[in-house]
Amino acid sequence: MPDATGLELLAKELRESEDVGARAILGTLHFRGRATLEVAPDNIRAVLASLRERGYTSMMSVHGVDYYPHEPRLGVHYELLDMSSVDRMTVVLRVSTDEPVLDSVTPDGEDGRGWPTADHQEREIYDMFGVVFRGHPDLRRILMPEDYEGHPQRRDFPVGGEPVIFTHNEGESHGVTR
Amino acid sequence: MEIKRERVGTGGAGSSGSDAAGGVPLVDPRALRVNKHDSKELLRGGELLGATAPASMDGDELERYVHERVLTTTVEKAVAWGRSNSFFPLAFGLACCAMEQFQTAGPRMDIGRFGFEAFRASPRQADLIILAGRVSIKMAPIIRRLYDQMLEPKWAISMGACCSSMGVFNNYALVPADKFMPIDVHVPGCPPRPEGLMHGILKLRKMVQDDPDAGWRERYDARGTEEILRDEQVGPGA
Repeated sequence: MPDATGLELLAKELRESEDVGARAILGTLHFRGRATLEVAPDNIRAVLASLRERGYTSMMSVHGVDYYPHEPRLGVHYELLDMSSVDRMTVVLRVSTDEPVLDSVTPDGEDGRGWPTADHQEREIYDMFGVVFRGHPDLRRILMPEDYEGHPQRRDFPVGGEPVIFTHNEGESHGVTR
Repeated sequence: MEIKRERVGTGGAGSSGSDAAGGVPLVDPRALRVNKHDSKELLRGGELLGATAPASMDGDELERYVHERVLTTTVEKAVAWGRSNSFFPLAFGLACCAMEQFQTAGPRMDIGRFGFEAFRASPRQADLIILAGRVSIKMAPIIRRLYDQMLEPKWAISMGACCSSMGVFNNYALVPADKFMPIDVHVPGCPPRPEGLMHGILKLRKMVQDDPDAGWRERYDARGTEEILRDEQVGPGA
């Protein structure tokens, strides 16, 4: 991991670089040895591309988070790995539930190569949290049925569950037809 | 004629334990061989070796002899007995309960003792489906189709807490098996031990032998759902 100082230096470097810019980097967080870079949603592709030039060539995973009740509620975490120096970096962005739209990092864009790892993981975040990834090649549900309504991992989604069916309340079951 | 229940001894000199204790004479093992030979010869009409040969009997004596050797039953009971002792389970597992299901078939529990060891890879050859694990709402239609593809007579066991009441996963993703198909036996546990599943299967065996029509199939609309190609659907040369 870059230490706290290294993280600040990296953030400064990115802010001063031409293709990222000062407005893209919203802040840094160094917590329990983990370096986290908070970025603006619009600049995610540019930030990841310049981090790839700085050695973070492997995307290990993409996660969705619901920060309810804080706003903006939804978060997307990109976990990057520098495989030559075994160095990890987390890039975090936040989008609101009103307009949960940002660029997908999966396809090869004008700004360089894409991240194939993000393909299924962005689909899962779309499925579970309803974040829409603009430009994703195949953005549809991956875990829930295709006709499912709602995004079940959002914090305001009811936990759900079914009442247990015994013989006495069997008539309430959908499966019983007569 | 007097009938005695006698223990079969080994016939050796040193094994006369019950002989000394109870005064019951041990059966000569050679007599069993004679009986076996005689029963074959009875069918063929050949010559009998044993002392109680019915060839020389007639009247009441012969009638009693037959009564002591013939078991009468109904066809339904005989068929149910045969069915209940040779379930062909579907080789099908959903989650961690499937590990215990494998153990039930393994050498330690050995479900083959009861005649249930022939796990079939196709629902068309199976007559028992064991739902071993969680049923997600995406999997439920597939399981119902598997069940529908099985030919009558067919039975279903819901194994473990998840597919009966969804257990610790009682959330948006799962559905209890009772919602979409008729279940004959629920085996509780998380997961049930192989003994538990075995107990469930033996309960099912008892159900099949007694044939209690609980009306499950009718209530779940699960009669006549097999997918069978009619003759007109099958082209010539098929």
